[in-house]
Amino acid sequence: MNLQSVKTLYQAEMARSLRTVLQSIVSPVISTSLYFVVFGAAIGTRISEVNGVSYGAFIVPGLIMLMLLTQSVSNASFGIFFPRFSGSIYEILSAPISYWEIVIGYVGAAATKSIILGLIVLVTARLFVPYSIEHPLMMVLFLLLTAVTFSLLGFIIGIWADGFEKLQLVPLLVITPLTFLGGTFYSIDMLPPFWQAVTLVNPVVYLVSGFRWSFYGISDVSPVVSLGMILLFLTVALVVVERIFRTGYRLRP
Amino acid sequence: MSDAPVIAVERLSKAYAGGFEALKEISLEIRHGEIFALLGPNGAGKTTLISVICGLVNATSGRVLVDGHDNVREFRAARERIGLVPQELTNEAFTTVWDTVSFSRGLFGKGKDPAHIEKVLRSLSLWDKRHNRLITLSGGMKRRVLIAKALAHEPEILFLDEPTAGVDVELRRDMWEVVRQLRDSGVTIILTTHYIEEAEEMADRIGVIRRGELVLVEEKQALMRKLGSKELTLHLREPLETVPGSLARHELALAEEGHALVYTYDANVPGEDQAGIAELLADLEAAGIGFKDLHTRQSSLEEIFVSLVKETA
Repeated sequence: MNLQSVKTLYQAEMARSLRTVLQSIVSPVISTSLYFVVFGAAIGTRISEVNGVSYGAFIVPGLIMLMLLTQSVSNASFGIFFPRFSGSIYEILSAPISYWEIVIGYVGAAATKSIILGLIVLVTARLFVPYSIEHPLMMVLFLLLTAVTFSLLGFIIGIWADGFEKLQLVPLLVITPLTFLGGTFYSIDMLPPFWQAVTLVNPVVYLVSGFRWSFYGISDVSPVVSLGMILLFLTVALVVVERIFRTGYRLRP
Repeated sequence: MSDAPVIAVERLSKAYAGGFEALKEISLEIRHGEIFALLGPNGAGKTTLISVICGLVNATSGRVLVDGHDNVREFRAARERIGLVPQELTNEAFTTVWDTVSFSRGLFGKGKDPAHIEKVLRSLSLWDKRHNRLITLSGGMKRRVLIAKALAHEPEILFLDEPTAGVDVELRRDMWEVVRQLRDSGVTIILTTHYIEEAEEMADRIGVIRRGELVLVEEKQALMRKLGSKELTLHLREPLETVPGSLARHELALAEEGHALVYTYDANVPGEDQAGIAELLADLEAAGIGFKDLHTRQSSLEEIFVSLVKETA
């Protein structure tokens, strides 16, 4: 393992985020506050409680997941897409560094950044509602696994995309809808039975449900199933990345 | 330093996904400490060859040894010895010169060494610009930054892909000077160019690549001797069917349907050849062949190159 190279890649990626620190940190704080104003204060006052938890507190884990998923995908996809687009990828490909080390650098940095943002949302939420975390260790585990898995997905998108349009396509058309329909703002047993069944096809449901369980001990599906599903997604992402590397797809013709 | 080649390319072929054969069984050895110029027209395969050696493109068959290390199976050992300056001006626009050059060093697995980075930046006249963001630099300066990045990890071998493309004359001279200094410090240099002048000025050896094939690898001195050959053309009063036997020792060629005789000689060995011309003229008179005009011309490396590249085209 070429630690120095991995460290360099990781730090460069983190530094890139820091150059845009304002949009990196201020915008999630603002958008989270808006969600709380709209869903927590305006609408939430008309919804008393969900499974014994106040609505404001109920949406906190969902909002963090929303942030985690979108940020992981966009950070990681942009991180690898940009050097491909600008041509500076030549340097990374000519360096004495393996594919997996490249992944650790890029995906590690993207996951770190999205976890930091998730924690910022967590802290911001505290300004609006009180909440408790029943299983902090599991909370951290869910946070980590989700950030890494979706950063890997972003990495894959960043390699697949051959233009800025495609780079935006998956986050806009897939990630955002799935997140909104994934139980971020509601418990799936609020849905009619048919839609409950349909919702179970949505991978985000398992992420939000498991994450919410680590907060309040309530969940739509068993936390064990949630954990299993995340590990499954992680495995799928790793297999796809491995395939990309073995074939040199879009990186080494 | 050993006599073993620093880079050995063995029967290297590359066919791209579309079926285009960019390289056809290229074999080439680069010697320690030399400047090797790879000449060829656009699209000949120069950049593909460099890209395969540096690990940017996977070969279809054949292999590359860098200092004895297979560049696929032992890619770490192979790649850490190489610095690459690409043809396109590509970089992260918003980082500073210092940061991007330091990044390159770290990426190649070397620990921080500000003294070395300073030395590199100073040698490329970039020291004053070290805090500038790349986007604020001129094209020539950006190319220097790319060279600095390639040198940041102290490579033994430096690849320069079209180092002076789109660079003004003055900067080109500077660039040549930089390359010479590097060679003097023991770095092996492989450069691609389609400027013959550049190859002539810089290289110890020259390889000519055409349509994915290496058509010639020669010491520059040997090529320069070809450059030194001259032609004397005599326009005859009466056309000849064949060259008379009495003139056979001059190895003359008939041209313009027998209206001209062409005599080729080496201008680099003056004494002998001037005598050759005198004897030729004496022999012509003895044979009763009159001429109404004559002219001489020197073939250039450019012409040698063009004829090589156009052959079988």
